[in-house]
Amino acid sequence: MENDQFTPSCPLPIPEYPNILMAHGGGGKLMHQLIEKIFLNSFDNAALNMRHDSAVLNIDEKRIAFTTDSYVVHPLFFPGGDIGKLAVYGTINDLAMAGARPLYLSCGFIIEEGLPTETLWRIAQSMSQAAGFVGVELVTGDTKVVDHGKGDGLFINTSGIGVIEHDLIIAPSKVEPGDAIILNGDIGRHGIAIMATREGLAFESEIVSDCAPLYAPIAALLKSDIKIHCLRDLTRGGLATALVEIAETGQVHINIDETAIPVHDNVQGACEIMGFDPLYVANEGRFVAFVPEIDAKKALEILTSLTENNNPMLIGRVGGGIPGIVTLKSKIGVTRIVDMLSGEQLPRIC
Amino acid sequence: MKYLDEYRDAAACRKYADAICRITTRSWNIMEICGGQTHSIVKYGVDEMLPDKITLVHGPGCPVCVTPVELIDKAIEIASSPDVIFCSFGDMLRVPGSTTDLLSVKASGGDVRVVYSPMDALKVAQREPDKRVVFFAVGFETTAPANAMAVFQARNLNISNFSILVSHVLVPPAIEAILSAPDNRVQGFLAAGHVCTVMGYTEYEPIAEKYRVPIVVTGFEPLDILQGIYMTVKQLEEGRAEVENQYARSVRRDGNEPARRLIGEVFEIVPRKWRGIGEIAASGLGLRKEFRQFDAETLFMLKGKSVEEASECISGLILQGVKKPHECPAFGVRCTPERPLGATMVSSEGACAAYYRYRRIRNVSENQPLR
Amino acid sequence: MCLAIPGKIVEITNNDSLMRTGKVSFGGIVKEINLAYVPEANLDDYVIVHAGFAISKLDESEALQVFEYLREIGQLQALEDSET
Repeated sequence: MENDQFTPSCPLPIPEYPNILMAHGGGGKLMHQLIEKIFLNSFDNAALNMRHDSAVLNIDEKRIAFTTDSYVVHPLFFPGGDIGKLAVYGTINDLAMAGARPLYLSCGFIIEEGLPTETLWRIAQSMSQAAGFVGVELVTGDTKVVDHGKGDGLFINTSGIGVIEHDLIIAPSKVEPGDAIILNGDIGRHGIAIMATREGLAFESEIVSDCAPLYAPIAALLKSDIKIHCLRDLTRGGLATALVEIAETGQVHINIDETAIPVHDNVQGACEIMGFDPLYVANEGRFVAFVPEIDAKKALEILTSLTENNNPMLIGRVGGGIPGIVTLKSKIGVTRIVDMLSGEQLPRIC
Repeated sequence: MKYLDEYRDAAACRKYADAICRITTRSWNIMEICGGQTHSIVKYGVDEMLPDKITLVHGPGCPVCVTPVELIDKAIEIASSPDVIFCSFGDMLRVPGSTTDLLSVKASGGDVRVVYSPMDALKVAQREPDKRVVFFAVGFETTAPANAMAVFQARNLNISNFSILVSHVLVPPAIEAILSAPDNRVQGFLAAGHVCTVMGYTEYEPIAEKYRVPIVVTGFEPLDILQGIYMTVKQLEEGRAEVENQYARSVRRDGNEPARRLIGEVFEIVPRKWRGIGEIAASGLGLRKEFRQFDAETLFMLKGKSVEEASECISGLILQGVKKPHECPAFGVRCTPERPLGATMVSSEGACAAYYRYRRIRNVSENQPLR
Repeated sequence: MCLAIPGKIVEITNNDSLMRTGKVSFGGIVKEINLAYVPEANLDDYVIVHAGFAISKLDESEALQVFEYLREIGQLQALEDSET
């Protein structure tokens, strides 16, 4: 029986891609297609089908949020953080997006043979510091080592559990026409910080990743009785992808104003050189909140008081137009559709 | 950012658009030959600000789009060879050859690297003397100075493991090919501002005179493009056919003299095949004999192949401005950025990709598919 | 094509003619750029940069021309409107 090989009874759902490409991890359409066709087709259940950042589970009448994420960033250390800090905050943030107070994390390490032990120590210490800052505990873990050449230094997976202490259902399905969309700060810092380190770009004033825990601002909004409809943290694929995902899952029409979206000068400069669109650049400390119009002003005041330098903004509204799409009013006043990219952005010459 | 943001000013753009509306009394077809201008027009929605009588047509201004299939196949063959590090601008990686693309070669274990400049590829060659480093030298005249310098330095520094796969094309012969076609409807041109920054615009003067078309050297920001269109329409309305320079902050009549000199030293003019159009005489650059040891096609013995194109793709008609992307039956249905049938959909500067990505609400409500 | 961006020369790092290089700032992000093709450009000048090379020195007086031209059109239009 041990030697039985599992043979799927259905044909491979994406025959046009016999091999996985980098684009399948880029946060764009190819990744979404992979998730839909391979994973969602294989694992089908109500919690998963909410398609939100974490799964909300009912356990004995208490609502628990549960999530997992893997971290494969290269380089391991970058201005503003490291893979360990990302692994803690990233997973905590997914819990926060359900409005859950993060409690416990698990952590799996896949270490490439040859990684300096001191590097691992630094990363573990960084994780300890990050977890302590937020008040979560790393309660279980696993360690594997793979042959040299098979691992890019270090991969980390963290799973997280949080408890939901409010009555709201925070999910794309709760978004309503008229909702205001609030962004908690300027976009693109993380992706540019990583790229700058990789490409050896220098800055007059350094671009630091925006890697940060997001539960505190969410808790502040909940405490002030803001009736949050949906939250989404912006990671790979950037602001544009997060909004398109919500528009599609929630079947709503989203309108945003390009002039309202804050982008730091340095980030803008790097994007101009590489031919990147900041809307699609990765973030690690940014989220969008969909709140009723009536709560928008208060929500913005709360976020501004908590995060002085980040420049939270009201960037758009949920409209009554064609559902499932995002439109953007450009800097010169013309409206166009915002879509997901196919894969990752590549530096271009044209 | 200085010298960028001012040219994206909404109020100034509106004023130029209104001015164009005021002076337009007849229908005019104006072509731009520059992927960067296509991108800007579609992204900012410049075409939506124009009066209906003005039709903006996108020409073969995307060097990625016009690189022939056989050259992509050669790139793939080189990149798949052992001990080769294949360097390229990002734009080229997703362009389909006959069967696959460079990104797939990377996925299968080929050493394919994205670089920002050919000089980065040269540095790689210096750092890895045991590997053969090949740079995919694609571009119009704008990129020729960079490629010329890389080859020139390779010879000076004796970097023998470096070579370039050349796919350089020139703009003026393409303009002549379009204007001399029997079904040509183009009445005015926006010339590419950065091509002219390097080459100047003296080559366009005999073309303007011979075919009686105004040619305005134009920049890339929405305000530049609107002013370029204004100047072109003004000429058309007044019956003039001259070369004017809208992008004077960067372009001089004789271009960049040291750059032209080095280009002439390293490259010579050769015939080139344009994907979707066919061969145009004297329309490309190839390495001169003295630099032939850096020619990847020669080194890897890949000359003399020819490939037939898939029949459904009409990118040739798109590139010549005869059809618009949404007029193609496959657009958005069988041909998308994820599954492109031709280069104009793959390259982010290609007209089809630009139309798809920045498409408009009205196209959606007219039953154009979203996916 | 082609993606070329204006930036300000903030340092000249090597004055040897063929490999003349400098640090150019694009809104605060600084990159090492080859200046061999713009021998006339110096510290604090703006250059247009493509694929790691400066291809022209930005003419700051011409840069205003776009707005001057617009103003002239506006004045002409005002004149035409007042005559009708």
